[in-house]
Parts: sequence; structure tokens; C-alpha cells
Amino acid sequence: MIEGGNMAEAHPVGFRWVMKAKERGARVIHVDPRYGRTSQLADLHVPIRAGTDVAFLGGLIRHVIETESYFREYVVSYTNASTLLCDAFRDTEDLDGVFSGFDASTGRYDPASWGYEDCVVGLSAGVHEHATQAFSEHTGAGMDLGSVRHDDTLQDPRCVFQLLRRHFSRYTPDIVERICGISREQFMAVADALIANSGRERTGMFCYANGWTQHSGAVQMIRTAAILQLLLGNVGRPGGGIMAMRGHASIQGSTDIPTLYDLLPGYLHMPRTREGHFTLKEYIGVGKVDRGWWSHFDAYIVSLLKAWFGEAATKENDYGFGWLPKLTGNHSHFSTMLRALDGGVDGMFVMGQNPAVGSQHSGLQRRALARMKWLVVRDMAEIETATFWRDSPEVQSGELRPETIQTEVFLMPAASHIEKAGTFTNTQRLVQFRDKALDPPGDARSELWFMHHLAKRVKAHYAESERRRDWPIVNLTWDYPEEGAMREPDVEAVIKEINGYDVATGSPVASFDELRGDGSTACGCWIYSGIYKDGVNQARRRDPGDISAPGGIVSPEWAWAWPANRRILYNRASADLEGKPWSERKRYVWWDEAQEKWTGYDVPDFPATKRPDYTAGPDTTGMDAISGSDPFIMMADGRGWLFSPSGLLDGPLPTFYEPLESPVPNLLYPKVDGNPAAIRWRRPENPVHATGDPQYPLVATTFRLTEHHTAGGMSRTVPWLVELQPEMFAEIDPQLAADRGIEDGGWMTIVTERAEIEARAKVTERIRPLRVDGRVIHQIALPWHWGYSGLSVGDTANELVALSGDPNVSIQDDKAFTCDVRAGRRYGPSTARLAGVGLTGHHVRPDEDDPLAENPQEHRS
Amino acid sequence: MSTSAPDTEIAIHRAGAQRMGFFTDTSVCIGCKACEVACKQWNDLPADGSQTGKGVSYDHTGDLSASTWRHVRFVELFEPSPQLREEAQRALDAGAGGRLPAIPAAGGVDLVDVAQSGAGGVDVADAVRKMGEWVFMSDVCRHCTNAGCLDACPTGALIRTEHQTVVLQPDVCNGCGYCVPACPFGVVGRDPDDGRAGKCTLCYDRLEDGLEPACAKSCPTDSIQFGPHDELVEIASRRVAKLHERGIEGAYLYGAGDEPEDELAGGLGSFFLLTEPPERYGLPAHADSPVQENVVPATVAAVAAGLLASAGTVVAFAVAARRGRRTRGGRTW
Repeated sequence: MIEGGNMAEAHPVGFRWVMKAKERGARVIHVDPRYGRTSQLADLHVPIRAGTDVAFLGGLIRHVIETESYFREYVVSYTNASTLLCDAFRDTEDLDGVFSGFDASTGRYDPASWGYEDCVVGLSAGVHEHATQAFSEHTGAGMDLGSVRHDDTLQDPRCVFQLLRRHFSRYTPDIVERICGISREQFMAVADALIANSGRERTGMFCYANGWTQHSGAVQMIRTAAILQLLLGNVGRPGGGIMAMRGHASIQGSTDIPTLYDLLPGYLHMPRTREGHFTLKEYIGVGKVDRGWWSHFDAYIVSLLKAWFGEAATKENDYGFGWLPKLTGNHSHFSTMLRALDGGVDGMFVMGQNPAVGSQHSGLQRRALARMKWLVVRDMAEIETATFWRDSPEVQSGELRPETIQTEVFLMPAASHIEKAGTFTNTQRLVQFRDKALDPPGDARSELWFMHHLAKRVKAHYAESERRRDWPIVNLTWDYPEEGAMREPDVEAVIKEINGYDVATGSPVASFDELRGDGSTACGCWIYSGIYKDGVNQARRRDPGDISAPGGIVSPEWAWAWPANRRILYNRASADLEGKPWSERKRYVWWDEAQEKWTGYDVPDFPATKRPDYTAGPDTTGMDAISGSDPFIMMADGRGWLFSPSGLLDGPLPTFYEPLESPVPNLLYPKVDGNPAAIRWRRPENPVHATGDPQYPLVATTFRLTEHHTAGGMSRTVPWLVELQPEMFAEIDPQLAADRGIEDGGWMTIVTERAEIEARAKVTERIRPLRVDGRVIHQIALPWHWGYSGLSVGDTANELVALSGDPNVSIQDDKAFTCDVRAGRRYGPSTARLAGVGLTGHHVRPDEDDPLAENPQEHRS
Repeated sequence: MSTSAPDTEIAIHRAGAQRMGFFTDTSVCIGCKACEVACKQWNDLPADGSQTGKGVSYDHTGDLSASTWRHVRFVELFEPSPQLREEAQRALDAGAGGRLPAIPAAGGVDLVDVAQSGAGGVDVADAVRKMGEWVFMSDVCRHCTNAGCLDACPTGALIRTEHQTVVLQPDVCNGCGYCVPACPFGVVGRDPDDGRAGKCTLCYDRLEDGLEPACAKSCPTDSIQFGPHDELVEIASRRVAKLHERGIEGAYLYGAGDEPEDELAGGLGSFFLLTEPPERYGLPAHADSPVQENVVPATVAAVAAGLLASAGTVVAFAVAARRGRRTRGGRTW
């Protein structure tokens, strides 16, 4: 099931394996607003109104429950279906579309009532407000589960299963049709296929990409699929799961060893001032969980600090924890760019990104760039972010003049992936090392070279400093060996540090089991521990093994996967309660009674010798608190969470909300249109269309083409690719085209309150209007690859999109927004309506804390 | 299966060399165009310009040319549903001024109708599938057994290699352009600047080094397969049978496995698996080299040559004479 993704076009190399699976009998379903190349290769294409996936998936959840098609043994024992919930909890069905704990004045939830029965949710509301979603959702941090009760008959009205059933009871095929435009027959075809391919003998998989991640309710959209997969027993088993197809090569890697503002390596959360993470003890107090895997939390953070600060990190000085930067609020991309627009950001490093084209509300992004003092851009080509000061639409129109833009731009040429050694981490967490094929040309250098030599210069600059604030720079360990004429740092030395080592001997650890919280080990990213086991770069291995042997397709010696070279997470769920495979066909990991240990084709994701019949007593802690039949060892209760008592900021269950901009009101919850907890960045220069605004009756979505790559830096600079997709275009249906007098191949203009852009019309039956609750809704699809530099220039789709944010991850609603179209070219500059923005209004100085930035939901006009 | 080259051809001979070719299986093509880019990169061919709408849907380069030796065609076969047509007709009859009424159920196919009309149940997935086909086909030089281009070449620039492929030597080509109309498939093009011809070499230089051609190497789904021609024909025949088993009855080979009288240009060194009639891809249902047309059947050719001035007309005449018995994939076009 491919939904929220366009795999054949955007991930053509990975799609090879989908085609192979098809040859072996797999059935492929593609749910997508447009009929793209993926749809053609699928067995079934189901057109959907953009942004309504929760209604569709919620309908499938209801269907699976009502027809009793769920995998009962799996659901009862491996998920939290049987767990009883707190009395105080109220569902969206009780409160007209919001959960208990909602504060309409702030748009935020107090999650105190979302817990399990009698369970103390250790995180205060304040902590939750800024809790790092990715961290605490995985952990159940702060939960005391000592007295939680279960009803294995799933009949208790307060158990998760019954709540789930009530919650989705109105998501009928009729409602799905009226919201999504998916007919009952198509709905049933999908439901039947999913059910037929789940259970003991078969498994089904979901693949998604940015068609799910880029919504104001993105996290809950993916959660809906997770609930469905848990109900069907498709998690932790071969051929199951939910595959997140990432936006670039190694985006998975850059999440693991993160470039995200709110994470430290290995999904440890950034310390935060408002939660009082001023000492290591306070920080560990929030992150460490008494039960389950995160009971090892202290070993990971202390080892990380030892890797960074070396001998200077001691027990007495909290291993240098006090010198880590602490978050003061939302410092996501949009918050930072708005602060820049207000004069509050002096400068910025842009690496592997092109915000002048690739980020939402691009006209606003460019005006923010123009207010900085300096900007370092590292790229393989002179991308728009580096040239905005001389050729952006605002400069071309005369609104901004190069001589008055104060931003000094430093363009640093970057090596391409074949010109440097390093790793790619893919969606399966497989880390594949690649050697350098040739030297980069001219002054181009690898990211590693750049950061290494920059760090050396910074350290040299501060070497003599005795100021307390310079401690982390002075004491930062930075001793990577250099090689060759370019003085390229040794990649394997970095990998060794990431892997972790024994501080006394310097020898690499074999796994994170060897990491300690007493300063005796150092580790740059605990989840990657083992990648340099035995001093060998395991990610460089390329032995597929005998793939025809039973289980041979796991190929454990092809590169290395985190954690612990494990190819499928939670794979204990591939065996039944007694540890036997659910079926011979789906045999993967099992309990070997003779050897008294878990074994199988993959590395078991379970304590190796914990018997399947081990029952955790009420007073047990750490991994001892996980029973032998609880496969989800990262969760405090060892269960897959149908209901999320902790970690999400917009509710413990997914609920259907319309996109923030929608042509129709919310049919299921008439009092709530969009996600009530979404971040809105309300500012005059960020207008959002009201629901049903007759000026903007069309739904727009953005997509990628095979022929171009993201914002175009690597493709609009290559003649061979440019000729394959020479111009910006928009896909529209023949009926809409006829209505507006738009001709195939002719010019058309797409209009929102943010911008108006022009594109060639691609009039095609491949995108068809949908009937939604008696009304015909037209959708248009826009590739977002074009900008104003390169061999092929064209208007930027992202100029049309407002800033908005999923409350958990601050990502925008750009796969579903409203617009209008007309025939012909645009009348004036694309973002003329933003003229003067950034030069007036709210201002902050770079050295000043901006209280408004901490609360992007607040109105600021 | 492989046919020896006629004696008249300029050929490289090497003991033990096999006929090599491409099997392009359009049923697994994802339209990514990696083959086009890999071909241009390896052969150092320039981007030769494109224009929005030059071809269908995502095809903006239009055709093979002197500097485009692989080209992915796109075919959109999306018909409005019968119900939509009926509704449109009703609207027109009612004087709605040509505007289409609201589109029926999602996808344009009225599944209720489909389901009700099919006694004993209808596969809804199949019905939805019928809302359209978007077909991709990576086109390339056929390396014909009877190669019209080679026959027409007066300079010896076009030669037959030991792999039974047809390769153009640009340093010998004088730019006369005779090969261009001699190719029944419109493969060969001329450089707009110097007039010299250009086309696929089946990566002759890579073959010399034991490498597979660049396009096949880059194809992520193995839609382009390279190998000994005999083996490819076997693989392809099995593939057709498999698709027939799966209910894709329209699958057939274009350019291989035909009876001798139906062979395209004596059989193609690089052949295709297609699922739609050849014309849908802009391909001729029948093709022979001009020499063949002039020789076989000799009487017809002789009479025709006496009566008609242009070779092209002869081809047209011969095609018309034979079209009636042309069948492919079990269907008669």
C-alpha cells in the first residue's frame, strides 16, 4: 500500500524492489490525488482528496474492527488494546472534535487525562508542551505503569480497544466517500486486499513519503496507519511495517545523528530551559524510564558527553552537560526564518538545503535571507539561496536592490557524493558505506572536511580563552587524523567515535550493551554502536550471502543496520506468545527451547535469553519489567501503542481534521475544521485562506518528478535532465481547464494570498475531479522543483504555501492547500504582495530573546 | 534464430561472437528515463533541446535523433467513462452549451454500474484499473537483421559488427543522409550542424570491455535487458506467456518470435514486449528494409518499380498488400 508517496517517480531505484515483489505476486495499491507513474505500476489506483487520509485510514480501522478482521491474538497480547484508561479521559466523540485537556485560548493540550488507568503521567503539562515528540513517544517517558490493569476480553468500555472502536465508529464507508471522494467500491477493494494480506500467513506493508509528512496533522496521519498495521498484526514481521521513504539520500541518517534542532544524536532529546534541564540529573530524570529499554538512558547521554568533551568531562562537572546549548522554545526552520525577518538572526549556514526555493512561503524566506548580515551556502551549484541578492524575483522587480541588501554571501563549493567517502542510511536504517571514486574538482570539499577545518579554526581562535562560556569550545575533542594533500579527515575515525569505545583502552565497543553511565565509555551515537565492531567498518560490507537459503534474503552481511545490525525492529512480534513463528511462511525470529535463547534469520530484537513465558512482576524495573511476550521493548509497557498516552501534542488518537486550508468544512466535527493544536504563525504576511473561501475553491498539492531533484540544485544545472522536464507546469483536469479557458501547453496562473505563479498547463485525464459530499472538487498538482537560477528557470510552487506547523514536528501543510487558477501569465512579480515585509513591524535584536518566538501559535499582528 | 548478415554488408567478423541485443520489456518500465540520461552521459551526447508538449505527457524531447539514442515514449490512454460520455451527451441534448456535467463517482468509472452489469461479480480492482493506462516505452535502434540504414549507406560508415549490431562510424560518415529515410522505424537522425548521422551503437565500446550497455546498466527495474539474442528471445517468450497467464492477454513481442513472413526487417536485434497495438506507440505494424521490399516478392517489386517512381511508395504498397494478415499478440490490427 503506497499512500502519501509517489515511489516510482520519487524513489525509482527503491521501486525496483516493489516491481520484484509484484513479480512474486505482491499486490500494489496506490492511493494518491493524481494518477502518476506509481499509479500506473500499481494494481489499483485510488484517487483521494488531498489531505483527507485520516478519514480514509480511519474508515479502514473501523472496517477492520467491525468485521472482526483484526489479528486478535496479536492485538490482545502485543498492543495496548486491553489496557484500561483513565476515567478523566474524554474523546473527540464526546467533546465535538477535541480531546479532554484542550485550552482553546492557547490552542494547546494538557495531556494529564490521557494516561492509563491510575497511572501517574510523570511529565507535567509544561514538559509536555515542549517534549520532543520523537523521543517521548518512543519511550513513555515518565510513566509509572505499576498499577495498570488489562482486560484481555477487550470488552471493558474503558479499555483502549473499545475506545478505539467508539472513536472511529462514525468513519463509515459513506463518510469516507463524502470526505475523501473514494467510492464505497474502491474503499472495499482496498479493505479486502489489506485484510486478505494480513494475519498469520501473510503480511502487508505501508509505504509513505512527504505526502503524509507534510501536513498540519502529519504525525497523526502516520499514526493512523500504525494503528491499522497493529490491528492487522503487520508490525515486527517480515513483509510488514510502515516504510518512511525519505526525501533525500540519508535523510534517515541526518535524523539519527541529527540535524534537527530538538534532538541530540540517537534520539536523545535536547535539554530545555523551560523544563529545568539545567543539571544532568534533571535531564536524566525526564529521559530515563524505570521500565523498558530507556532505563539505559543515562549510559547513552554520559557516553555522548564523553565523546564530545573527553577527559574534561568528569562526574564532578556533570560530564560537561551544563555547557550543552539549551532550547528556549521552538527554533524550527520557520520560527528561525521569521526571527530573521524581524532582524533577529545575524547569519546562517545553509548546507544541503535551498530555502529560497525549497522552503514554504519562499518569498518570505528570501526576504528573511536579505535581513541577515552573513550567509554561508555550501552546494555543488550556485543555487538560488546563494544568488537571491542579485536575481531573486524581488530584485528583478526592483523591490529589493543588491546594493541595499546587507547580507554577505559566502558560497563554498561542495563535493558530490561520489567525490567523498561516507555513508547513506536508508529507510530501513541500513547504513551503507561508499568509497570516494575521485577527487572533487577545484576548491570543492566534503562536508566532513569543511566542518573539520572550521572546527579547528574556531578552536584555535578560542584556544587561550579562560572564559567559562568558551569551555565547550576549548574542551571539545577534535583529533581526527588527516590524510592526503587536501588534509581530508579520516572518515573511519569519525565512524569509530560514533560507534563508541572504551575510554581506558580506546578499543571500539561491540554494541550499546557495553556503554556505561560512569564515564568509562564514549559514544557519539548510541544507536549506531556496533557499526565499527572489532575495529571493522561494518557498513562497508557487501556480502549478500545465499539469498536462496531460508531467510537468506535478510542478507545480514550486506552493510549494517542500526540498531545492532537488526533489519526489522520489534521482530519478537514475528513469533507467537510461546515464541513460535506465527506461520512457517512468515518464520523470522523464534525461541529455541533447546538452546534456551531467541534465534532466527535476523538479530532478535529482544533480550536473547528471556523466555517467552517470563512474566514481569509488579515491582520489576528496567528490562526485567518487560515480559517475555511483550515485543515492543522500547515502550515502557512493552506493547505497541494503539492509543498514545504520552508524547503527542495533539491527542492520543488520530482524528480527522481538514487541512488548514480546505474548500469544505469538517463533516465529522463541524465545530473544528483544521487541527486545533496546529502551529499557525499568525502574522499579516502569512495569511491563511478561510475554510470554504469562495475565492480559492481548488485544492492544490505539490509533488516531485523523476527528472528533477528537490529544489533543482542537482538537476536544473544538468542539461540532460533539464531537457527531460524543461519547464514548470501544473497538472489540471480537462473539465477545470475548459471552465477557465486553459489550454494544454498554454500558460496558466495559480493564485493564493501569498503569491501568484505561472506555469505551463498540463491538461490531463490523469488528474480527475472528485465528488465530495455532493460537490465537485477539482485538484491541481504542482511540481516544486523550479526557481530562478540554473539552466531551466521557472516559478516556485512553494511561494504559494503558507507557513503552518504540525504541533509535534513543526512541518507545514503543503500537500493540501487551496488556490485558484486562471488562464494566461501572471500580471506582475510573483510575490509582489509581500513588498516591504521585513522592513516594518515587529523587530528583535540578534542578542535579544524573543518571547513571541517561543509561542508561534500566538497572534502577533 | 540469429540470421547471418548478407554478404554485401561491411562487417567485422570475430570467431565465436554471438548476436547481442536488447529486450525492452515495457510492462515493467517505470518511465524514469534513466536510460536516456545514461546513454547521453556515456556516449557524450549533447542535450539537443526540448519543448514542452513536443511529445505526449512527460515526453518533451519527442523522438530518437542523432543525439538521442534512447527515448522514452509516453502514451496516455485515458478515456472518459461511458457514463461520463452519456451524461455529457444528455447535457448537450439539454442545451448545456458543451459544458460537461459533474463527473460521476471518483475515478470517472461508475463502479456500481460495472458491478451490477457483471453477473457473478466483477473484480473491482480491475474495473478501476480500466480508468486508464499510462504506458511507457523506452525506444532504441532495432539493430535489424535487414538493416535499411546499412543497405543505404554509400560510404561504409554503417557497418555490421561481430555482435550482429549495426554501428555508425562518425568519422567515415559524409552526412549524405540516405540512411535516414531507409530506416523503417525513424531511428536514425542527422546532426543539425554537420549533417552527420547518429544512432545507438549498442555501446560497442562497452561491449569490447565486457560491460553491458549504459542504458541497460542504469535501468532500475530491468525493463531493459541486454544479452545474447537467443537467450533474450527465450526470456521474452517466457515473459509473454507469464503475462498471458496473469490475464494481460494483450502482451506480445514486437520484433521477435514472428513467422518468417511476418518478421519486422528480418527480425530485430533489439526487440520489445508491448501491451498495446504498435500504432499506439507510434510504431509501424510492419517494416522491411527498402532492399527487401524491392527484392521480395520479386515480381511485385519489379512491376511496382516499373510503375512507381519513389521507393517510399513501394513500401506503402507492399505494406498495404500484407497488412490483412498481420497479427500480433493474438489480435489482428
